[in-house]
Amino acid sequence: MTAAARSSEARIVKRRLANIAFSGFCTFVTGVALVALAGILWSLLSQGVGGLNLAVFTMSTPAPGSEGGLANAIVGSIMMCAMAMLIALVVGVLAGTWLSEYAGGSRYGSVVRFINDVLLSAPSILVGLFVYTLLVAPFRGFSGLAGAVALALIAVPVITRTTEDVLSLQPKTLREAGVALGAPYSFIVRAVLWRAAGAGMITGGLLAFARISGETAPLLFTALNNQFFSVDLTKPTANLPVVIFQYALSAYDDWRRLAWAGALLIAAAVLGVTILARAVAKEPSRS
Amino acid sequence: MNTMKAENLDVSIAPVPADQTKLAVKNLDFFYDKAKTLKSVSVSFAKNQVTALIGPSGCGKSTLLRTLNRMYALYPGQRAEGEILLDGENLLSPKMDLARLRSRIGMVFQKPTPFPMSVYDNVAFGVRLYENLSKSEMDDRVEESLRRAALWDEVKDKLHASGLGLSGGQQQRLCVARGVAVRPEVLLLDEPTSALDPISSARLEETVSQLKSDHTIVIVTHNLGQAARISDYTGFMYLGEMVEFGPTDQIFTRPATPRTSDYITGRFG
Repeated sequence: MTAAARSSEARIVKRRLANIAFSGFCTFVTGVALVALAGILWSLLSQGVGGLNLAVFTMSTPAPGSEGGLANAIVGSIMMCAMAMLIALVVGVLAGTWLSEYAGGSRYGSVVRFINDVLLSAPSILVGLFVYTLLVAPFRGFSGLAGAVALALIAVPVITRTTEDVLSLQPKTLREAGVALGAPYSFIVRAVLWRAAGAGMITGGLLAFARISGETAPLLFTALNNQFFSVDLTKPTANLPVVIFQYALSAYDDWRRLAWAGALLIAAAVLGVTILARAVAKEPSRS
Repeated sequence: MNTMKAENLDVSIAPVPADQTKLAVKNLDFFYDKAKTLKSVSVSFAKNQVTALIGPSGCGKSTLLRTLNRMYALYPGQRAEGEILLDGENLLSPKMDLARLRSRIGMVFQKPTPFPMSVYDNVAFGVRLYENLSKSEMDDRVEESLRRAALWDEVKDKLHASGLGLSGGQQQRLCVARGVAVRPEVLLLDEPTSALDPISSARLEETVSQLKSDHTIVIVTHNLGQAARISDYTGFMYLGEMVEFGPTDQIFTRPATPRTSDYITGRFG
């Protein structure tokens, strides 16, 4: 074997070792992440399932030692999340559409895009404080409405960003094909582009929903909490994250059990909505 | 045929008689920002005839096509100067209603562009914008359009399945059906068969030949055989100029300029 052949042989061995080391490291790190995820899910399930019973859904948050459930917090969370998503979907989808289809390379467009990216990573506690000074302090009272607005402010940048991204991915020729039929541009956006990008836009909505469903900090400043069952969003409104926060830190076993059950409910809701939306998004495309 | 010679002896444009002219392009210049990509193009397209535009890549044939329905107006920085007369009306005029214009001049693209909706809704899409038809009238229009695009027999049992589920050739004929459904006077085809297999291409060529009884057709193609087979007139473009324009058999058998002759005999391009 010549020297040149030996050196090339050594190189191949080295490459192979580097390859094994790299892919081995990637697998290992993925495993670490999965173990952490499985650990979270396991503790949620093992501690949460024990706390689940019919009373969780029918009774409101109890005093320590007495029987109770999470009905007021569940309903409050559903109302605030639904209202926040409604606001955020309208604002986010329209803003994302404007950025992708109408802003072009304009300066105003770049500024809006930049500010949206800043909002995307804004600490949620700041959003809570902002809404507190805007909607809580002037009216001298915490309210579910303020909570919904705070959650909406967190969801909007997520939806705006994903909407812009998935619309930008649609081929230029799809827009031109609509234009070539004599359709007004706004109609092409609604009838063709939104439909073509629908699955991606729904994913954006889901990400936003998953993000806000567990947010606690902004609700502490806005919706606060309510011991009693209430559907009046102008009053302080009970919600799962704040209840979990208070009960998990309490000294009472029954409160801590309810906190675990609440955490499990949020995880289950996010999972359920994700599966549902995927199924809906899949249906109208390919036959 | 009297041939009008420009001062450049290397150019030969045979005019289409005025009474047979549907679209007349006069001294058209086109700019992508500062780059001039069409240089004083003058050419006429004959009514109910197929006109093919040929030439090497980048010669401006697609650009010329995209000025005819003002598709370029979507993009800031692109502009056309000169005149394009559609039945005598200048469609480059700022007063032109672009949506209305594009309903009169349809277009089919290089790649199939079905909308993410059913076959039926794809065809009905443009019709619904401009006409208020009853359900049965719309059914008839959809069937008629699909028949004219030679697609009806293949899709009549899956009209309400997604248009995205069709094969590439079927999708392209669906786009033709969608284009003819609004009954445009002119149909522009931008290399419509370049993404199709030979059998689908042959189908589409047949369709185009049948469509000319109702539409004036302008087709951009890289395929010289296709131009020779389906067109009545051919224009050869090179570097943003219309080098030669005339009846197809004349261009392919007795080209008047050396550049055309070199191109069609495969010496360059």
